[in-house]
Amino acid sequence: MSNNPQLNRNGQLQHLLTTEGLPAPILLNILDTAESFVGVTERDVKKVPLLRGKSIFNLFFEPSTRTRTTFEIAAKRLSADVVNLNIAASSQSKGETLLDTVNNLSAMHADMFVVRHAQSGAAHLIARHVRPEIHVINAGDGRHAHPTQGLLDVFTIRRYKPDFRSLRVAIVGDILHSRVARSQIHALTTLGVPEVRVIAPKTLLPTKVERLGVHVYHDMTKGLKDVDVLMMLRLQNERMFSARLPSTEEYFKYYGLTQEKLSLARQDAIVLHPGPMNRGVEIDSAVADGGQSVILPQVTFGIAVRMAVMSILAGN
Amino acid sequence: MQLPDAEQLLIQLTESIRRDISPSTALVGIHTGGVWLAERLLQNLQLPLPSGTLDVSFYRDDFAQIGLHPQVRPSDIPFTVEGSHIILVDDVLYTGRTIRAAINELFDYGRPASVRLAALIDRGGRELPIAAQYVGAVVDVPSDKMLALEQSADGTLGLSLYSKIRDNE
Repeated sequence: MSNNPQLNRNGQLQHLLTTEGLPAPILLNILDTAESFVGVTERDVKKVPLLRGKSIFNLFFEPSTRTRTTFEIAAKRLSADVVNLNIAASSQSKGETLLDTVNNLSAMHADMFVVRHAQSGAAHLIARHVRPEIHVINAGDGRHAHPTQGLLDVFTIRRYKPDFRSLRVAIVGDILHSRVARSQIHALTTLGVPEVRVIAPKTLLPTKVERLGVHVYHDMTKGLKDVDVLMMLRLQNERMFSARLPSTEEYFKYYGLTQEKLSLARQDAIVLHPGPMNRGVEIDSAVADGGQSVILPQVTFGIAVRMAVMSILAGN
Repeated sequence: MQLPDAEQLLIQLTESIRRDISPSTALVGIHTGGVWLAERLLQNLQLPLPSGTLDVSFYRDDFAQIGLHPQVRPSDIPFTVEGSHIILVDDVLYTGRTIRAAINELFDYGRPASVRLAALIDRGGRELPIAAQYVGAVVDVPSDKMLALEQSADGTLGLSLYSKIRDNE
């Protein structure tokens, strides 16, 4: 057995838990396969019969309408049957353990679990527990990882900036609590992006973040210089009123992306945001809706990337 | 064994298709050999509609056995399928399973007026009730061999025989 729990003994993707440690050929295969699914989602019949008869369970232990919906749409466009479980509101409140919930659903012949959980490592725990024919996709676990978001972000970047070897990318915002930022950093560095910057106040950066291979900036004026890609992070509500930030107004003043700050980056720079956006907090409306924003294409490509991940896993 | 000359067969295939073309005839090549052939046929026949390409990976019937093809290429149908007379183009017609998948995929783009099939080689061995209307040559190929079309750097097409067994090709 490989010591990477995501890979089967043939080195193929068995579960998608994190972008960390995934070899570049596997990442590239997901991105290339997603290219073919973009075409499918643009047709009149936005559906292929690939996963016909498969049952996919969306296990959302943490509320998320948007991510759950994108997984649901992806599964349906692959002709799978999808069951959505909002577990925060059901069994767990009756005292059932995580693995008992999974055992019950496995007994209903689930083929794939899509897991969102507030605890880091929840998807790993399920992946280690299930039978080998069941596949697990991590749809976000605590502060740890959100691999499909990281993959759809690199897919979007590749669509606009195909040559990763010459890119300068800046990730801006709450790196400390962001599973999205971690997944982005691992995917970008594995795919050969030579310079990944993180820009944030000291209170929103993990200690020793440089170990991830990123360059650290606390000042947007310096950090955005010559950047090709800006990846904005959502400032989560619970952080806005914590001791880590004086006020959202002050955060916007220093780190909110305005046209003026954006003009410090390269003229053809693109702006990404994983959504949902806090307009006037981490991003100004003029930028979010402006010509350099690729935020809505990210949503469209997110479906294709999730279709690619699901169909590669189901075939391995 | 002696394989026929692909360029010679392409000329014959062109002439047999030429008799049936209309302004609403469109070619659709199946990856990869069929795409090369469709490009050449389009030049030879001077059709008004651009050619399409299909990669049938998402429609194959052996996904449960062998999983997703490691290199899926995007399908592209740059004309309106509804009402058009489509000629599917493939290099080697064998079990018919690829053609079944291609027809299913095509119908997800619309309802064509008709679908016909052109194959450079028909090697027999059908496992489905599928036949080609235009065939360059019928060739007997041993079942443990694989026949494939190849394109050289200058664009010339040629046929090669392999021992490698690939199901459903």
